[in-house]
Amino acid sequence: MSRTGWTTVADVLAAGCILLGALLALVAAIGVLRMPDLLSRMHAATKPQVLGTVLVMTGVALRLRDPSVVGLLILVVLLQMATSVVSSHMVGRASFRAGQVRHDLLVVDELSDEPVRDEPRGAP
Amino acid sequence: MSPVVRTRRDGTTRSARYRALQPVPLAWLVLVWLALWGEVTPLLLAGGVLVAVLVSLAFPLPPIDLGSRVRPVALLVLIGLFLVDVVRASVQVARVVLARRHVTNAVVAVDLETSSDFITTLVASMLSLVPGSVVVEARRSTHTLYLHVLDVADEAGAEEFRRTALALEQRVLRALPPRPAPPSTPSTTQEPT
Repeated sequence: MSRTGWTTVADVLAAGCILLGALLALVAAIGVLRMPDLLSRMHAATKPQVLGTVLVMTGVALRLRDPSVVGLLILVVLLQMATSVVSSHMVGRASFRAGQVRHDLLVVDELSDEPVRDEPRGAP
Repeated sequence: MSPVVRTRRDGTTRSARYRALQPVPLAWLVLVWLALWGEVTPLLLAGGVLVAVLVSLAFPLPPIDLGSRVRPVALLVLIGLFLVDVVRASVQVARVVLARRHVTNAVVAVDLETSSDFITTLVASMLSLVPGSVVVEARRSTHTLYLHVLDVADEAGAEEFRRTALALEQRVLRALPPRPAPPSTPSTTQEPT
């Protein structure tokens, strides 16, 4: 295939990736609105959104085809994965400790059922 | 990491200082610097090393002892399955969101087999990105994770998720098997209480 052929293929793939990534970000936004309680919202806020970011970054890399930005894009993806995990954990933990939990939505709750120990939760 | 305690000559204790300049974080910081600039020139490399040293001295962090060996093939399997799981997680959440279905959830305790803080952290991070789960609480003394699991219908579903989580831990342990502790140093692993 000629050189222009390959660039066309890459452009089409890039467009697909960016579109799909944007759709996933939209789904994440809808999820945050629609989910019934905070902990379920954290699922919506972390998962489709991370994959959406990965796809958008892949699309940008395919479109730019410039090795100098690839490192930056990989960095964006890694930091996104590392930080979304920590933020969802911190928000989830805070809500659980503050009692902001819809217990009627939980079929099993092994954290609240646990007998209170001497050791405070989250002690090192 | 619990602080390492040194004993002074007069018998009182102080927490041990650690070396601020560690080779792996330094190399990582230089890599980040180069990635931000997007090119490699001798001047940028020198600048990156300078910035990395300054950052390490300004914000010293305790060294992380992996306490693990690395098996490359098992690590590739782990990363590959993890990426598949990330995609599955997004599809699952997207389906739950778009179907407007009423879902019930569960909070499941998963007692990890490992006694390593590093492995616990890694498993917790990976579990947050794979289908269904967000870590709501972690107990370090027993290496127990409490996970909020999306879309669990009944107790059997919770049990099934626990098996998935433990299977992920087994994959991590296969990729990063713990190094046998050298016999001269006393083991620092804590027994579950």
